Amino acid sequence: MPTATQRTSVPVIIDEDKCIADKGCTVCIDVCPLDVLWINPDTGKAHMRYDECWYCMPCEADCPTDAVKVEIPYLLR
Amino acid sequence: MNASDIPVIDVDVLVIGGGTAGPMAAVTAKEQDPNLKVMLLEKANVKRSGAISMGMDGLNNAIVPGHSTPEQYVKEITIANDGIVHQPALMAYAQRSFPMIEKLDSWGVHFQKDETGDYDMKKVHHLGTYVLPMPEGHNVKKILYRRLRRHRVQIENRYQATRLLKDGDGRIAGMIGVNTRTAEPIIIRAKAVIMATGAAGRIGLPTSGYLFGTYENPSNNGDGHAMAYHVGADLANLECFQINPLLKDYNGPACAYVTGPLGGFTANSQGERFIECDYWSGQMMLEFFKELEGGNGPVFLKLDHLAEETIQEIETVLHTNERPSRGRFHDGRETDYRQHMVEMHISEVGFCSGHSASGVWVDETGATTVPGLYGAGDMASVAHSYMLGAFVYGQICGESAAAFAKERSEMPALDEAFIAAELERIQAPLKVTDGIPPAQMEYKVRRLVNDYLQPPKVTKKMEIGLQRILAVREDLPRLQATDPHELLRAMEVQSIIDCAEMAARASLYRTESRWGLYHYRVDCPEQNDSEWFCHTRLYKDDNGNMAHGKRPVAPYLVELGEEKDAYQKLRVQKAANA
Repeated sequence: MPTATQRTSVPVIIDEDKCIADKGCTVCIDVCPLDVLWINPDTGKAHMRYDECWYCMPCEADCPTDAVKVEIPYLLR
Repeated sequence: MNASDIPVIDVDVLVIGGGTAGPMAAVTAKEQDPNLKVMLLEKANVKRSGAISMGMDGLNNAIVPGHSTPEQYVKEITIANDGIVHQPALMAYAQRSFPMIEKLDSWGVHFQKDETGDYDMKKVHHLGTYVLPMPEGHNVKKILYRRLRRHRVQIENRYQATRLLKDGDGRIAGMIGVNTRTAEPIIIRAKAVIMATGAAGRIGLPTSGYLFGTYENPSNNGDGHAMAYHVGADLANLECFQINPLLKDYNGPACAYVTGPLGGFTANSQGERFIECDYWSGQMMLEFFKELEGGNGPVFLKLDHLAEETIQEIETVLHTNERPSRGRFHDGRETDYRQHMVEMHISEVGFCSGHSASGVWVDETGATTVPGLYGAGDMASVAHSYMLGAFVYGQICGESAAAFAKERSEMPALDEAFIAAELERIQAPLKVTDGIPPAQMEYKVRRLVNDYLQPPKVTKKMEIGLQRILAVREDLPRLQATDPHELLRAMEVQSIIDCAEMAARASLYRTESRWGLYHYRVDCPEQNDSEWFCHTRLYKDDNGNMAHGKRPVAPYLVELGEEKDAYQKLRVQKAANA
């Protein structure tokens, strides 16, 4: 079965200037209940790799540098 | 990979699920005997997993001396659940409710107290007073985590349990699972197992269409229900769906339990109160549904009549606890409680004993029908448990499982053939090429649940729905995962299909209507006590088929008396001259 790639806007936004994932921090990645945050291999920073968000906010609340912002997913907004 | 290549980890007590009940169960087992080897396995991370990842704003079922008695509570929940409850299990909860509050208080969980230092109880239920606010409840998970560390519970994060194991005598023997980031399998041999896997909250589709915009934490997708079924445990009353009144689209609780005692209420489009009591029962939901679909619909949370300081108090509680992104949702639509009523809707269906009454059958010791297997929290069948019920049954299961493990002298023998077959099932989606992505299959089965199983239930529609769900099951050999994360979703969708089939079959089995909207069956509209005053059983029979049966309701410990019909009269009565 052939597949397509489809773009989707994601609700978790990382401020790459503030994010210190490239220095070894994985707090937001660790706490996400849905495991949707990963290190972006191109930048070394955290990013939302899967659009599977419960907008529950531990990533934002626990980030030590205030780099994470959780928006309401577009379909719900 | 062969089963013999994988090291087997041996523990005395294995707890699956590190949300609310699970940590309490693990700590309790250690309290029973610090020498027991206790492992807590969690699909996400124990620090922020489960239904209360961001805390909780109150206890919804606290039995506090001076305000209510265990007998009153057991009676009220029996009435609210149309008589079909296991009263010994409710009573065990009710009697331990207050000691658990005191224990949590001593651990640093803050409950609201009045000026005399007494717990500040609020009335939300129809008859009694059971709600205890905890406006600073955002730190519950941190407190639990500290206890787990103190008691040296072994924690394994990011492991998904996929099947439970049994020994030759039919007793529990452990579990098999998979790492959600590496797809490495794990085999754990255990003398006793406690399941605390949460609700099956991802079987219906939210009306927003966003797969993960569920009422429940979407990691609670029914893995535990499916595993219990496959290991041969009884599930009970699955047709008694969970359906909750929520903020439309946001799909989080409107929180009448928080706003009600402060003067807020559920209103129709005229701003009028139409239900006498905002406590979540099937009867209340039926009235809610009628108003939602009727000429005075839709339904709203009304706060715009309240004083400024009251609204500020409500905002502080609701926008910092449980679902704190709610404030952000309102901001996006410029909704202000001071000026606007907030539109409400009903949730997708699910299995959750926390608010309703369906789940894996457990008795008052937390025991399932499989020796050595226990269940606590939203996945087990004790009705209307909420967070405090998860803590209490976590504790009960911790005690029961510790005792079972200590009596069992030898580690159980493992079924190598079963393990080999399960390893193959786990790895299969990674081997498929050009297959179906998990999200697509999940969307399809959950959309079928909405189309065919959501109440009002109609026999022919449910029969069609069952056939369509079974057709999705036939597509499973084509389910493809391209990485370990997709494998997690691929294993989850198999649990979701199991739960969808169980929801359809259980709903078809009970040929009456009961629990208000939860099992409102249009072509069998009456409650039929002569045939259906019983629990329904759903289990895997000796041929591997889904089978049904009846379980008698245990003799009541508390008689219902003249209040027995109280929850049948929830609609506000208009005066004759109105």
